Amino acid sequence: MYIYLPIAEVSVNAFVLLGLGGLVGVLSGMFGVGGGFLMTPLLFFIGIPPAVAVATEANQIVASSFSGVLAHFKRKTVDLKMGTILLIGGLIGAALGVWLFNYLRGLGQVDLLVKLCYVVFLGIIGALMFIESLGAIRRSKNTSAPVKKRRERSWIHSLPFKMRFRTSGLYISVIPPALVGLFVGVLAAIMGVGGGFVMVPAMIYILGMPTKVVIGTSLFQIIFVTAFTTLLHATTNYTVDMALAVLLLVGGVIGAQIGARIGVYLKAEQLRILLAIMVLAVCFKLAFDLLLMPSELYSIGPAGGH
Amino acid sequence: MLLRAFLLFVIAAMPLRAEEVVLGMSSDTISITTSFDGSELLIFGAVKREVPIPTEAQLEVIIAVQGPKEPLTLRRKEKKFGIWINTDAVEIDLAPSFYALSTSAPFTDILSDVEDLRHDVSIPRAIRSVGAPMDVSDPQSFTEALIRIRTNKNLYQLNENTVNFDEQTLFRTSIELPSDLTEGDYITRIFLTRGGKVVSSFETELDVRKVGLEKFLFDLSRNQPLVYGLLSLTIAIIAGWGASAIFQLFRRQ
Repeated sequence: MYIYLPIAEVSVNAFVLLGLGGLVGVLSGMFGVGGGFLMTPLLFFIGIPPAVAVATEANQIVASSFSGVLAHFKRKTVDLKMGTILLIGGLIGAALGVWLFNYLRGLGQVDLLVKLCYVVFLGIIGALMFIESLGAIRRSKNTSAPVKKRRERSWIHSLPFKMRFRTSGLYISVIPPALVGLFVGVLAAIMGVGGGFVMVPAMIYILGMPTKVVIGTSLFQIIFVTAFTTLLHATTNYTVDMALAVLLLVGGVIGAQIGARIGVYLKAEQLRILLAIMVLAVCFKLAFDLLLMPSELYSIGPAGGH
Repeated sequence: MLLRAFLLFVIAAMPLRAEEVVLGMSSDTISITTSFDGSELLIFGAVKREVPIPTEAQLEVIIAVQGPKEPLTLRRKEKKFGIWINTDAVEIDLAPSFYALSTSAPFTDILSDVEDLRHDVSIPRAIRSVGAPMDVSDPQSFTEALIRIRTNKNLYQLNENTVNFDEQTLFRTSIELPSDLTEGDYITRIFLTRGGKVVSSFETELDVRKVGLEKFLFDLSRNQPLVYGLLSLTIAIIAGWGASAIFQLFRRQ
């Protein structure tokens, strides 16, 4: 069944969109990532204009994250205080990101920026997570070896404006979480992602939060940052396609619920190594596309700007 | 003497005006609905004439359907620092979003270059590109790329020998409109040619419009972007909450 998308102005198979939404939703629920880093490139592949894909994906992530966070609220695995600090940084970052996105769109370099961002961030984070989780799995197999406390006192603890985060069991400065939030906000606006794939590792390795509250808290922040990004794209670029978003989110919210159930049965290390493999796969695919000679060297863009 | 010369001229010109196009189309509006998946446009007509069919050359038909014109930027990728990035750009002043050309015989046989120049019929003539930046040495290749890309997407079509032309009087053709059609006023032009010259032409409009939900959403996104954005978010949140609530019900049972 084909459906004509009013903003994207293309006709696509509705079942393909539902299926994509569902698949990415499962991953979203399992890993606590918005799934945008998979969905946005997939939307490019089925012929959605990049600007529409990025903006609409932000809207879709709101739905899947909201669905996911409710499950985490029930399990009391959301650190609201930490989430709010991350959120303040995120909103500022999203505004910066949309400004940069529109500026580079005028220059005709936004596709390159988006793809380079994907390759760089997915590459670094995927590799780090992969190595770390391999190590964790090896440690858990040698049960005799005592598990070392992961985080010692570091530079993080010498910064001012300290605050107590009870749910996470932390007493740290608000500066690192605000910066993490800001950075994730910029990525959300530019790449059409929730930013969970950056935020989750940052929360674990930089902030030292316990793994069980990380996913719920990141979803909490993602909801508001992507909602803000959606509004910015809708009012400045008119690129949010509601029909596309609805189809993706119908599949997505159902998938997210299923994913959250599956996630409970998997160990944290297994979860992380699966996510690392997926992140690396997307990274390699995009890097490959940049290095290989494209079949069509020319591209058509809207007028204005050089 | 003068009068006679004038009369002769009028008589000589008579056959040119004597053949006129009477046109029909399967529809004069194309509605883009939610389930729009391309469409077929049927164009048919007849040649009305008050004199016998001139015998010096075969009468031929060219039908051009043209979508709304808009300015574009074309960019070309080059390998720099090991990766392919956009470098040169050329502004196209006006290019139709859709252009379909159907003819009753090979295009170059039935329309001379001079006549093409006068009436802007062929696909390259439909694209207007005046100024290219100084640093681009081959602006022509950008226009060619535009035609190539849009031809591959079926947005630019050259359908030669697809107009059925019976007894030099009745003609009909069908044009395939692709699914990613832009809305606007489409212009349909019919040219009757004889020996490479246009002997008569006819122009009519075709309305391509979004209707229903498509139109509502599109208009809202342009006129009330904030309301549109908030509505998108509301739907997203309700869907997210709804799915969660439904799964809770399933779990309790």
